[in-house]
Amino acid sequence: MIELSVYLITPVMLLGAWITGTLLERRHFQDLLRLESGAREILAVTVEDVPAGWEVEECDLVIGNVVISQDYFKRVAASIKGIFGGRIGVYEPLLERARREAVVRMKEEARAHGHDTVINVRIETSPLARARSDAKGTAGVEIMAFGTAVTLRAGTRKRIGPGGGVPI
Amino acid sequence: MLISNTQEIPGKTIVEFFGVVSGSTVRAKHIGRDIAAGLKNVVGGELRGYTELLQEARGEAIRRMSYQAEEQGANAIVNVRFATSSVAQGAAELFAYGTAVRVE
Repeated sequence: MIELSVYLITPVMLLGAWITGTLLERRHFQDLLRLESGAREILAVTVEDVPAGWEVEECDLVIGNVVISQDYFKRVAASIKGIFGGRIGVYEPLLERARREAVVRMKEEARAHGHDTVINVRIETSPLARARSDAKGTAGVEIMAFGTAVTLRAGTRKRIGPGGGVPI
Repeated sequence: MLISNTQEIPGKTIVEFFGVVSGSTVRAKHIGRDIAAGLKNVVGGELRGYTELLQEARGEAIRRMSYQAEEQGANAIVNVRFATSSVAQGAAELFAYGTAVRVE
């Protein structure tokens, strides 16, 4: 009986991790849609300097970070896929949602400081600890988005995008 | 202290350069957080304990960098960059560096 439960523990853990991980991922994507629409009025651009014609009142460095990890099932799946090489699809949504989350957090910090635009946005990725070869052990990856949040002087504010270049 | 990752502080002019200033801190994971993160690691998703840990550590690195700039008589740091490296299993170094300047 005990032996049987020992044999069962890995498949059960894999299945449990897969179901919970997938549910968490789906919920996170839904949350992201809501958060992103909330932070939409903060404009984030990767241009290095304030475009000509924009007058800046004040600025601040803003950072948004998130540490995210893959669930056990997908880590095992990726390690098996890694033998054959090629595209590892299970890791793509993980990094995508981490990046989106980091950018949203950066925008929220800019908003908390009363700024309306973030320029020179950079996104960095760093693995915190490597997964061991048997796919166990923590495999966190940190995504950090940072930029310079600025408040534009009234009247000089412009939007980039459809119908852009018009002061609002 | 004005801190920016742009070439210059928007809306100001640089009048003096003081050179590179940097701040770093090495943090290890807290045992309680590590266990919680280990459990979270099974189902995946955000490891909130680590997110906060790195956030605090990065704040500390920035504070040290600002302190260094202040000592030299600067009032702003431009072109700030970050680097993160895991120096040992469970420990990470957070490093911030930039150029100390005086702006008007």
